[in-house]
Amino acid sequence: MSEHLLAAEAKPWRDETAKPFVRIKGITKKFGDLAAVDDVSLDIYQGELFCLLGGSGCGKSTLLRMLAGFETPTMGSIEIDGQEMSGVGANLRPTNMMFQSYALFPHMSVEKNVAYGLLREGVSKPEAISRTEDMLSLVKLDGFAKRKPHQLSGGQQQRVALARSLIKQPKLLLLDEPLGALDKKLREETQFELIRIQEDLGVTFIVVTHDQEEAMTLSTRIGVMDAGKIVQVGEPRQIYEDPNSKYVADFIGSVNIFDGEVDAAAPDMMRVNTGSGPIMCAPVEGLTANQKLHIAVRPERIHLSRTKVEAANALQGTVDEVAYMGNLSVYRVRLADGRCLKVTAANGLHEENPITWDEEVHISWSAAASTVLTQ
Amino acid sequence: MSKRRFFSGRNFVIAMPNLWLILFFMVPFLVVLKISLAEPRIAIPPYSPLWEWVNGELKWSLNFGNYSYMWEDSLYINAYLSSIKVAAISTLLALFIGYPMAYYIARSPEPRRSILLLLVVLPFWTSFLLRVYAWIGILKTKGILNEVLLWSGIIDEPLIIMQTDVAVYIGIVYTYLPFLILPLYANLVKLDDTLLEASYDLGASRISSFFRITLPLSWPGIVAGSMLVFIPVIGEFVIPTLLGGPDTLMIGKVLWGEYFSNRDWPVASAVAMVMLVVMIIPIMILRSAQNKGAEI
Amino acid sequence: MKLRFTPVMALFGFVFLYGPIVSLVVYSFNKSKLVTVWGGWSTKWYVELFQNDQIMSAAWLSLKIGVIAASVATVLGTMMAMVLVRFKRVRAKAAMTGMVTAPLVMPDVIIGLSLLLLFVAMEGMFGWPAGRGLTTILIAHITFCMAFVTVVVQSRLSDMDDSIEEAALDLGASPTRVFFDITLPMIAPALISGWLLAFTLSLDDLVISSFVSGPGATTLPMVIFSKVRLGVSPDINALASLIVLAVSIGIIISAILMRKKSK
Repeated sequence: MSEHLLAAEAKPWRDETAKPFVRIKGITKKFGDLAAVDDVSLDIYQGELFCLLGGSGCGKSTLLRMLAGFETPTMGSIEIDGQEMSGVGANLRPTNMMFQSYALFPHMSVEKNVAYGLLREGVSKPEAISRTEDMLSLVKLDGFAKRKPHQLSGGQQQRVALARSLIKQPKLLLLDEPLGALDKKLREETQFELIRIQEDLGVTFIVVTHDQEEAMTLSTRIGVMDAGKIVQVGEPRQIYEDPNSKYVADFIGSVNIFDGEVDAAAPDMMRVNTGSGPIMCAPVEGLTANQKLHIAVRPERIHLSRTKVEAANALQGTVDEVAYMGNLSVYRVRLADGRCLKVTAANGLHEENPITWDEEVHISWSAAASTVLTQ
Repeated sequence: MSKRRFFSGRNFVIAMPNLWLILFFMVPFLVVLKISLAEPRIAIPPYSPLWEWVNGELKWSLNFGNYSYMWEDSLYINAYLSSIKVAAISTLLALFIGYPMAYYIARSPEPRRSILLLLVVLPFWTSFLLRVYAWIGILKTKGILNEVLLWSGIIDEPLIIMQTDVAVYIGIVYTYLPFLILPLYANLVKLDDTLLEASYDLGASRISSFFRITLPLSWPGIVAGSMLVFIPVIGEFVIPTLLGGPDTLMIGKVLWGEYFSNRDWPVASAVAMVMLVVMIIPIMILRSAQNKGAEI
Repeated sequence: MKLRFTPVMALFGFVFLYGPIVSLVVYSFNKSKLVTVWGGWSTKWYVELFQNDQIMSAAWLSLKIGVIAASVATVLGTMMAMVLVRFKRVRAKAAMTGMVTAPLVMPDVIIGLSLLLLFVAMEGMFGWPAGRGLTTILIAHITFCMAFVTVVVQSRLSDMDDSIEEAALDLGASPTRVFFDITLPMIAPALISGWLLAFTLSLDDLVISSFVSGPGATTLPMVIFSKVRLGVSPDINALASLIVLAVSIGIIISAILMRKKSK
């Protein structure tokens, strides 16, 4: 186990005086007229497992490639550990990359693949071989040294790619959709492997992914990207519970979104008029009367019952769809105005009389569960 | 990074092939242009200089006589037109034979597909001169074809094919067929089978699907393959000389004759320049097909 | 069996392609000189072929030229392919592509004449090349063969996953290292095809060699052409059969090697 305090525990980004390990300042990348990355600024701290999350075309891969040195920024600067990176070629940077396609050298054995980076550094062959053996043990590939990439399964190839990129002990490891090609079960196992390795070695990871579950599992912090810009940066909990925009709320997990206008302002409740009726939410500073905004309510915060419940927000509806998922059930409830809400509820063991299709139900949630989104 | 140095390794790699091509491919065209504007002389070299120093002054002598001579003598114009005609007909014939072959190979499963491709390419590796020569033995009046046809009673009199345009067409299609098949194959093999399946699923017949789906999608391959035949055939020399007769008028033969027989370098150059101009449009068509993704 | 249009046409096509080659080989064993008379099986034309000094020395010259021209053309052509596919931030790539495509379709008579005129002009201005012969043929062949190599290598390079080269760069290898460690092994088959293509084109070239050659440098195609203009000549058939044999063996060997590799 490492001696330093894990970034996940120390949370240096909360400390104003902490020095960031990676400083991305005003980075823009244009291809012709199109800005793939648009004025992005980001600070990442040592030991973090930082995820860049977004859909296709949001610019996350381009940003990663600029960190690695495969693309030159049109504007802006990148500093890694205090060192300015502009003009520094990909082969001279203190970064290593794990490619989405793994990019293993097909004509070299696993051993030669992993040792390649060390040999380029000038490490002697015996030492390189010995360190390669250790690294292969770390990724649980002992005995695979002499095999060729085409003889390995997808999961094994992925671990070789990881070993190869870690063996040089880079200051920064960049991972491009590392788990994308794996099936679901393997992906879950590998996610925890990745965290374990990262914590053991203390290397700063930046991971690009479009899978929000993956981002939530792996990260110390997430940077959500859309159309070349960083939309929100924060710890997974913050991103989930306090999204700053409809885009982020919708991207992470499931959410119900109401569009409405601010109505009356009262000391501890605020009312927003929506198509489905008035919704109460916790007060937010700086809003004006009749201002248009969105309300986001997470499905698991909505309570479902056959009887009426006292709550800040209480509505009635009919169950349109029920999906039994094992650990929980997902309900689609149709309201009086025709719109459907997604509600999830944990399943108790051996429910005698579970709520089913076409039943009339009461749904309710607290004011605190209504998140106000001004964008 | 070494990119700031002028004499870097990277610049060397860029420079070497380009300088070679510029010196030995592009500059020669300028020389041809220059000599096409000269007069023939009994001298070494056998043409007049383009500029001379006379009494300390630079004197230019541009002679457009070669071009007007070509324009006036109908031989040249006819040769150009005839060459284009032969090239066009040969290309169409090659398409007619080559498209089904390319299609069949592209649709064949492995390992048959690789074997067939190998068979298409194999003749290409044997000498083209010798393969054209083979047709002499087949097509001449006392040749194999006539022997077989006479012996089997299909004809009474031997067919006169040798030294006619027909022989030239056969020779050209024969020689250039692989050039048409390969780009066409490269294009057809990339066609998504599921597109055809979708077509059948929506009720179209095989023939209709071919004309509506496969043919339009294979268009870049057709264009690329056709241009790879059409353009070089315009200037063909060997096939018309070996298989064609004195009536077979092709500009490649004319150019060869101007240089080797008439020793008239300026006219030969003028013939070449006009040939280049004639080829500009088909070359542009080829480039645009390449840009649309046809693989040569 | 249903007679479908495509397979029938394809069969016809292959018969068309191979008929003449078969006839060449068969008649190389015909004792009689005439095509119309079958004089029985004989290998006398092969004997005559090997005793013909003119043909043999021309063949040797052509082989020499072929090997040298193909090798230089492969190096230059690969360089050009790398520039066009892998090098970023190079200006005038479109012009370079045009310059590489043109030799592929340019009629031989134009290439031959233009290079000859260049050599004559250069000789007049600089004294080099002094007279025409082996050197000028070499230069000419390298020039037009290079374009073919470029196309072959370019095709393989652009199909290749360039993230593998990026990975090597990322692990600290210099661009030169990346080329020799990673790129070269991966494009090796294309380099070999390119070399073979260049070799064949050089060996087979008649028109360009005729223009740029000089006294004492007569290539095999030039000898064949002058013989063949006069009519059928069975020793040429023998030569043709030997070439067909050599090519067939070569292709079969390479096919076997390819099958072995993919196992």
